[in-house]
Amino acid sequence: MKSQPNVVSRIGHGVIDSIWRLGSAARFLGQVLWRSGLSWRRFQLIMNEVYASGVLSLIIIVVSGLFVGMVLGLQGYQTLQTYGTEQSLGVLVALSLVRELGPVVAALLFASRAGSAITAEVGLMKTTEQLKAMEMMAVDPIARVIAPRFWAGVISMPLLAAIFSIVGVFGGYLVGVVLIGVDDGAFWSQMQAAVDVRNDVLNGVIKSVVFGFAITTIALFEGYDAMPTAEGISRATTRTVVTSSLAILALDFVLTAFMFKGI
Amino acid sequence: MERAKLDFWVGLFVLAGFAALLGLALKVGNMSSFSSAPTYNVQADFNNIGSLKVRAPIKSAGVVVGRVSAIRFDNQNFEATVTLTLDGQYQFPKDTSAAIMTSGLLGEQFVALDAGGDVKNLATGDKIKITQSAVVLENLISQFLYNKASDAPKTDAAQTPTQGTQP
Repeated sequence: MKSQPNVVSRIGHGVIDSIWRLGSAARFLGQVLWRSGLSWRRFQLIMNEVYASGVLSLIIIVVSGLFVGMVLGLQGYQTLQTYGTEQSLGVLVALSLVRELGPVVAALLFASRAGSAITAEVGLMKTTEQLKAMEMMAVDPIARVIAPRFWAGVISMPLLAAIFSIVGVFGGYLVGVVLIGVDDGAFWSQMQAAVDVRNDVLNGVIKSVVFGFAITTIALFEGYDAMPTAEGISRATTRTVVTSSLAILALDFVLTAFMFKGI
Repeated sequence: MERAKLDFWVGLFVLAGFAALLGLALKVGNMSSFSSAPTYNVQADFNNIGSLKVRAPIKSAGVVVGRVSAIRFDNQNFEATVTLTLDGQYQFPKDTSAAIMTSGLLGEQFVALDAGGDVKNLATGDKIKITQSAVVLENLISQFLYNKASDAPKTDAAQTPTQGTQP
């Protein structure tokens, strides 16, 4: 009897709490955008973060891009071969990478590689009261710590996605043309005939910019909002990866529905 | 010293990213055939465009000479008006005919231009008068079945009177 209202109130508390967090996340994003002037004037701050989140993610992006492209080449060949259209392998590999897999898989990797690192870093700064110490010294922690990480993520993400796509196409080429022996000219010419610069490549870039925006916002907010304990940081890091992965997939659906409606 | 080293890697990363974007545009995409050369628009009315899409290729003798830029329904004649954007370097006589063809058995549809013999060339705003609609598979099959069906009783009817008159 007693547990019944407890459950209801706990659900209600959860809902109210998540609305509360959504509101403060929106306010946080507004503050980051508003106060990021300093980080653009001191560009070195952004550079350091591009190194931490972009350059250090490069290896995992390149390796997984290569393997995703090679798997696409193998699987695509198996299916296309039954219809005698293995010449279109290049189209299949390039379109699936440029439109979907490039931005989405690169964003998922970026969220778990760089997003979690950002959350842990900012969370630890908060726990050890470095952020408060900055405020005491009249240094704005949002402008000095948060904004450079935000813009570094937004800059790095489309570049990483583009690298992922091109390496993936190369992986598909390796398997399709070099290993299996699909005709070299047909592979490239059909790909070039089917992939449109504005409809496919540019939309992929737009997607990855949006994902970069979402991942860094979630990662920074979780870190900034983390409970200042060891357990709080671990929870915040987990939440960053889970929430940003879900956000990426949901945003991808919405963006795809907008972009490829009439095609 | 440490800072300069880091900058080098960031520079390399940004360079690689832009090289990848450029590669996607040039090698994977069709930016290289994306010319800003002058084009001219010609219209053509079709009874039925089948599944012709905007951006479908326009071919003459198998060579791509332009793209379909717009398709709309003309509510006066109840026909489809297709706007053909042709590359400025290709000029066609005024009595050129347009037909909607299919590449392969089930492939995409394109507009095929067959050059005529007029001395004047097509210019922006002109209309292609001789057009041939897309072949709709269902119509073809039903026509075939109808012909078959109308053939069958005819031979029967032709046979029965002869049988009746013979004895």
